Amino acid sequence: MSDLSLNGIPVVDTFAEAFDVAGTAIIVTNDTAKWAMIAATTMTGFATSVIGCGAEAGIDAELSPEETPDGRPGVRILLFGFEPNGLKEQLIKRVGQCILTCPGTACYAGVEGPTKIKLGGAIRYFGDGFAVAKRLPDATGKERRYWRIPVMDGEFLCEDSVRAVDGAVGGGNLLFLGRTHAETLKVAEVAVEAAKAVPGAILPFPGGIVRSGSKVGGRTKGMMASTNDAYCPTLKGRAGSALPAECGVVLEIVIDALTSQGVSDSMRAGLHAATEIGGKHGLIAVTAGNYGGNLGRHHYHLRDLIARDDAKLEG
Amino acid sequence: MSTLTLRQAPPERLDFLNINPLALSRLSQGEVERLEIGTTRTGVRLGDCFSVSLDKSDTLTIEGGHERLDRVGASLSEGAIRVTGDVGQRLGAGMAGGSLTITGNAGPYAASGATGGTITIAGDAGDYAGGAVYAAKVGLDGATLIIRGNAGAHLGDRMRRGTILAGRAGAMAGSRMIAGTLAALAVGDHPGLGMRRGTLVLGAHGRMAATFVETGAHDLVFLRLLSKALRGLSPEHADLLAKPLRRYSGDLATIAKGEIWVAA
Repeated sequence: MSDLSLNGIPVVDTFAEAFDVAGTAIIVTNDTAKWAMIAATTMTGFATSVIGCGAEAGIDAELSPEETPDGRPGVRILLFGFEPNGLKEQLIKRVGQCILTCPGTACYAGVEGPTKIKLGGAIRYFGDGFAVAKRLPDATGKERRYWRIPVMDGEFLCEDSVRAVDGAVGGGNLLFLGRTHAETLKVAEVAVEAAKAVPGAILPFPGGIVRSGSKVGGRTKGMMASTNDAYCPTLKGRAGSALPAECGVVLEIVIDALTSQGVSDSMRAGLHAATEIGGKHGLIAVTAGNYGGNLGRHHYHLRDLIARDDAKLEG
Repeated sequence: MSTLTLRQAPPERLDFLNINPLALSRLSQGEVERLEIGTTRTGVRLGDCFSVSLDKSDTLTIEGGHERLDRVGASLSEGAIRVTGDVGQRLGAGMAGGSLTITGNAGPYAASGATGGTITIAGDAGDYAGGAVYAAKVGLDGATLIIRGNAGAHLGDRMRRGTILAGRAGAMAGSRMIAGTLAALAVGDHPGLGMRRGTLVLGAHGRMAATFVETGAHDLVFLRLLSKALRGLSPEHADLLAKPLRRYSGDLATIAKGEIWVAA
């Protein structure tokens, strides 16, 4: 299947094809870490695929009180969309419905970047004319503008605008070919933990894992995407199947990050973690999904990720 | 560091509008000494009252201030001016950046219309510090004004943006305030009279106008951010926010988006 291997697990000499996307980060704080996480979990729900959900979102990190603007526990959320306008629409909807509504929350910009997205400045209209703006310096002395919107538990404080970064990438991926569902899920879970530990990277699918990998288009007219039949074990033996006879299940992880390096680092971490335990859990091979290289500008070759860092490439 | 040393009390009010580090760095010793700073027909020049020592740096020290030195640091955009002694009216008026430090007292209208930079007065300030001059639309407009001593009446009158910190202040602190933040350890009667928006944080106050309504005690996230912002300027003022606070909303005679926080 492959002349590459890592930790004794075959690695297919292919690449993951990923795309330029618009990305931003926000910080949500609350009086307790529990309620900050409730707000963040709610906001990042139904955000697995930008095609069907309008955005891809996930929790990047939990923040200690020392790491947040207001000295309360917080969560850093990453949100990705096709382009800045779509990202803005999703951001306002999700903050408006999930963060504004959550008791005790406040919302701040979580990343610097060239594109301004008005957030508090849009949500303030919920305040029906009673909202007030305030400019205050942050810890670095930079002036920031906040909106204070009266709500029933006091005020919702939201930064006037957040920033979208240049260079965000969506769609880094790894496919794990295994023998049984339970064992392959264990491998994918370990890969998810390693991949999401990379700062600035999220895995938007449930638990970071997707079982319904897709190809572009389909036999039904109008379908933008349909099942990746080459990797469906029940379709083994047909022309076009990419699976060996012993493969019983394939699970995929998908990675979005604020930088291309973040995707690369995250994929590398996932690949190494998965292959380290793969032998014990019946992992047959690791591969990656692409569309022939013609759709996405970013190609992450598994050959390059086998090395622990970018400087030591080996086959 | 360039230095101007006062040799004798000025014979008339002097206008320091054009005396700043950037302007002096472009001139020769003779040109600086010939700069007109008088305000009457006698034509007083800088060299008539001050000994001049230049080094082209971005810092200017005025040794020996006087209450007749008007508009010191007015329209300053970069660099630093330090005055050892008192200054007259309109200290730092229209200032856009840099820092201005006065070891003595300042006259009225300090920091009026200042849009940036930091003005620190170690002594007292006259009436309308951070306030609007006659016919002006706004007072302080983004700068930071710190008065370690006492301020007169109408502190921050019509201020639109920025921060004012003062020890004690007279009556009508924050009057006609458009927006911004004003904190004082104690103020006189009728704080915030006619204010539209903005935040007053007070340790104590005189009579409150009837057009303010108490909204109770609130634990708002905004106060945490404000406390952090003030702590770097004056821990004493930041400590006001650590105490139990009562909040008043007003002025109900205007759009009533202002607030006064009073330490209990």
